[in-house]
Amino acid sequence: MKILTPNSIPEALRMLKDGSPDARPIAGATDLLVHWPDQRTSHAGPFVDLSRIDALRGHRWTEDELVLGALTTYWDIITDPRANDELPILPRAARTVGAVQIQTRGTWAGNIANASPAADGVPALMALDAEVETAGENDTARVPLDAFYLGYKQLNMQPGWIITAIHVPRRRCDFSSFIKVGTRNAQAITKVGAAVTHSDAGWRVVANSMAPTVRRCRALEDALDRGISIASPDALIPLLEQDLAPIDDIRSTAAYRMNVLARVLFHELAPVCPFIGTTSGRNAP
Amino acid sequence: MAASTRIEGIDKLAGRERYIDDLDIPGCWWGMTKRSPVPRGTIREIRFGPGVDWSEFVVVDHRDIPGPNQVRLIELDQPVLASEYVRHVHEPVVLIAHPSRAMCRRAIREIEIIVDPEPAALDFRVPPAPEQIQHGPDNVLSHLTITKGDAERALRDAPHIIEGVYETGAQEHVYLETQGMAAWEEDGTIVVKGSMQCPYYVLNALTHALARDEKHVRVVQAPTGGGFGGKEDFPSVIALHAALLALKAGRPVKIIYDRAEDMACTTKRHPALVRHRTGVDSDGRLLAQQIEMTIDGGAYVTLSPVVLSRGIIHAGGPYACDNVSIVGRAVFTNAVPFGAFRGFGAPQSQFAGERHMDRIARTLGIDPAELRRRNLIRDGQTTSTSQTINDGTDRVAVLDTAIRLADAEKNQQEDRAFNASHPYLRRGTGIACIYHGGGFTGSGEVHLASRLHVAALPDGRVEVRTATTEIGQGMLTIFTDIAADRLGLDRSRVTIADADTARVPNSGPTVASRTAMVVGKLVEDACDDLRRTLGLDPVARGGAVTDAIDNWYRTHPDREPVGRAQYRQPPGIHWDDETYRGDAYGTFAWAAYAARVEVDLRTFQTRVLGFQTVQEIGKVLNETLARGQIAGGVVQAIGWALLEECVWRDGAMANAQLTNYIIPTAADVPPIGVHFLENPYPHGARGAKGIGELPMDGPAPAIANAVADALGVEPDTIPLTPERLMELMTHARA
Amino acid sequence: MRAPETHSTEIHLVVNGESTRVSVDTDERLLDTLRLRLGLTGTKEGCGEGECGACTVLLDGLPVNACLVPAVQAAGRSVETIESIAPDRLGHMLESGATQCGACTPGVVISSHWVRENPHLLRTHSIRELMAGNLCRCTGYDGIVEGLAAAIDAENPDTHDNGERA
Repeated sequence: MKILTPNSIPEALRMLKDGSPDARPIAGATDLLVHWPDQRTSHAGPFVDLSRIDALRGHRWTEDELVLGALTTYWDIITDPRANDELPILPRAARTVGAVQIQTRGTWAGNIANASPAADGVPALMALDAEVETAGENDTARVPLDAFYLGYKQLNMQPGWIITAIHVPRRRCDFSSFIKVGTRNAQAITKVGAAVTHSDAGWRVVANSMAPTVRRCRALEDALDRGISIASPDALIPLLEQDLAPIDDIRSTAAYRMNVLARVLFHELAPVCPFIGTTSGRNAP
Repeated sequence: MAASTRIEGIDKLAGRERYIDDLDIPGCWWGMTKRSPVPRGTIREIRFGPGVDWSEFVVVDHRDIPGPNQVRLIELDQPVLASEYVRHVHEPVVLIAHPSRAMCRRAIREIEIIVDPEPAALDFRVPPAPEQIQHGPDNVLSHLTITKGDAERALRDAPHIIEGVYETGAQEHVYLETQGMAAWEEDGTIVVKGSMQCPYYVLNALTHALARDEKHVRVVQAPTGGGFGGKEDFPSVIALHAALLALKAGRPVKIIYDRAEDMACTTKRHPALVRHRTGVDSDGRLLAQQIEMTIDGGAYVTLSPVVLSRGIIHAGGPYACDNVSIVGRAVFTNAVPFGAFRGFGAPQSQFAGERHMDRIARTLGIDPAELRRRNLIRDGQTTSTSQTINDGTDRVAVLDTAIRLADAEKNQQEDRAFNASHPYLRRGTGIACIYHGGGFTGSGEVHLASRLHVAALPDGRVEVRTATTEIGQGMLTIFTDIAADRLGLDRSRVTIADADTARVPNSGPTVASRTAMVVGKLVEDACDDLRRTLGLDPVARGGAVTDAIDNWYRTHPDREPVGRAQYRQPPGIHWDDETYRGDAYGTFAWAAYAARVEVDLRTFQTRVLGFQTVQEIGKVLNETLARGQIAGGVVQAIGWALLEECVWRDGAMANAQLTNYIIPTAADVPPIGVHFLENPYPHGARGAKGIGELPMDGPAPAIANAVADALGVEPDTIPLTPERLMELMTHARA
Repeated sequence: MRAPETHSTEIHLVVNGESTRVSVDTDERLLDTLRLRLGLTGTKEGCGEGECGACTVLLDGLPVNACLVPAVQAAGRSVETIESIAPDRLGHMLESGATQCGACTPGVVISSHWVRENPHLLRTHSIRELMAGNLCRCTGYDGIVEGLAAAIDAENPDTHDNGERA
């Protein structure tokens, strides 16, 4: 099994074409190499390592966007003061991914491409209306992240294409919140997660580990935008159920996931939404 | 006295310590294990796939075993390799070896074990159906009882009867170094070297199944990356496998489990179900304790009877009660065998006991600390096995010190106000009073008859020769300091021999909190005997000893002076194995733990905000090491209490990865407050009692009691995962 | 069965300050390159899934799990392993009881070394968060956290703790 090491985007795309349909791009490799000695033979390969391509490296701030090159790591954003200042939900999400040893290797683009329903970077990006820039041999495209997943591990991207960048609007949010309920405080895979923002564009509520893909909770967003009164956490559940479908697995249960997401969202939103929660005193937990 | 630093500490910190996986053994092949796919059944066929050139491999099955196909431990029921029948998932059936580890991995997948499945018994809590019975009339592997007074009658007369049912789950050791062993033959002797706690257990298993005498088997402990009991019994199995492969291959073979194999296939803490029925008077005084403890014995006996024994002996707690009836059962199931794990049954039974004390307190409206004060054993009173405690320790003071250090009363007031105003966070405090017997139970130490030597070397140093192993607990440091102190030598003049059965006598296993207390005492005795051998008077120290060694070698250049010690039972200890009555242990260590928790009612997660421990362990031999034992044990127990869940599917662990079996990180636990009270035990080294297992006993009930305090529910099952707490609260509300 | 299909390539990297050429399989892990090809067995394998941190090394000055790094990705880069740490840097960790069984220890020391070299991280992170990638089953972490805090204090005498750093 091979790992190929192209030095440019065109070279990488050619290698992916030559190796199709089994060839896969890799960047930080933090998902791929898990249990590698046992797993390596189960991949037909080859892997096309993007890590030497300078054009994919680094992130930059333009007038109206934060542009994350496909090799931008979580640590790059955690340690960027401007990100902490302007788009704090991104470093906050990044700090919940694994621990430092993963944050220094894992990339935002890899998190999108790996398409795990439990991805932590994706909900934060999606709640900021990020767009994914992709490239093929003769063309490029830009797709809103919330339209990038077609189903479990199915990407809205041509075969043989790669993600080259992520564009995050520098839109001021007057509210943003990142929620991760994991099995422990660090090094945890998310059991229940959400990213919530409010800006001129309205409410965004994005949940992970709650459906086959990271997903926007559009029914809830709509209710929030319209200021519909929500009296209790339980009253959130029918709204969430319109977009989400959690499952039982070895990490948690569907009932826990839905119940806890509703409770966490309720208590995050109640202090900032006058139409959420009881009018006075203590909210029912 | 300032704590001396860990002898091998710099080597470990600098990465120079060489564990078995780090050793480059010339010509060594890799070994791997093919295992049963199902929990029970008859092996119909073993298929070796056609895509592999099997002539490149050494393949071993049960027919290659020179002696009896038995792993010698307590019973002889466990085969080294299954022959016709399998009793649990992952039971070893076939071994292979090859020069390339990658080739082994590929080939092992090309072997298929075809089993005709039979109905498996997988739930120890319910009586087996007839077709699930595989041991005796009822699958009970071991049945033990403790009786004191007349519990039945006392219960009839008691003004209050309080009942509870408590459950604890399996726990994986997660020593950071996985199991590993290498074997080779050297001049007709089979040499086995690897990660282990008990070289003579391994030796014993090898001589039996390989049909060799002790002269033709040699077992050497390699530096061992953690044990916690997980390397007490299991290393015999992997050692036998490595030895069989090495003998057939005619060259060294090494087996190193990867994490997934280690987690799925090696032993765990026994799951337990404990029922309490307690009679109390209106002041909360214990009138009668009726306790039933059932543990999952798994598919082979392993150490289950002794785990059960320690479990029931500690089940009554450190309290005085005149009428006690305790029944223990270890039940056969088709689970991967359970084995030794720090605490050895006592954490399970004391979780139940200390949860139950809080239930009694709540039922009667008595403060939980006050209820314990009223019942803690006073000198002159007896434990459930009728052992009179007379050690001068003020057990109420142990408890009160913990409460004071935890600021428990102030916190509880603050927490009540906090809980009344916070939308979703709830705080609470819980305590637990525990005890743990040091050394083997009853006459166990007499049967072990542990031995230890201290030899004087020609260069003037002394060498301690013991089969006791360094597994992270600090044995090398403790024994060095004991010997140096006893002989008045600088610690640089003391060396500890490798735990190599060809060089060291059998000092018994490195288990049961016995190392410092029991074997440490043998270091002292052997030092004294060395003095006698050298013709010194009993108080000679320092230069006198060094001079005597010089003189000895001048006059006897060819004869090494050796001080010898063998365990002698302290006077006045009587134990009856038939009636389970008497002095179960030479002494107990006593402790009280206080936990403060915060439960998030949005997520049902429990966070430990603060944890204070107070323990009376006789004498602290080395403050840094002792603190490390307590803090490490507490955090391991916090994991057991809140996070660590083995998910079982058809008898197999479904979450055998560190990603999905969750142990605490640094970010999950608070600093652990560690406070010692000293009351030297006359028969332990420099007054020491056992310490290693004690901290495993108390945290889980203290935490569960704190959750009960915070929420007003009764969390009787651990691990208290958020999912389990959510169900409990939904149930409580309904 | 044929031997597993492997493709070798020579990579150049700087290991503990020394320029090193080594032939690797294109799909091998940096962990195996260090342990098996370069004999640097101080770096331990604890889980092979990036969870325990026993294989932590510094790659271009940042901590990574060597079990999750394809060796070819280390080409042209610098790798620091436990073997690069001078023993005189270990005193605080020794005194505090930061090591017991020692299996997690090299990874713990490398992560600690990185924090000590970058004390500014403590403005935004706690020691416990920075060390959360290193599982230890023996110490309960207090010995590690205290040793690291003591080392940082000793090395940064002018910095005063203004919060709950540990």
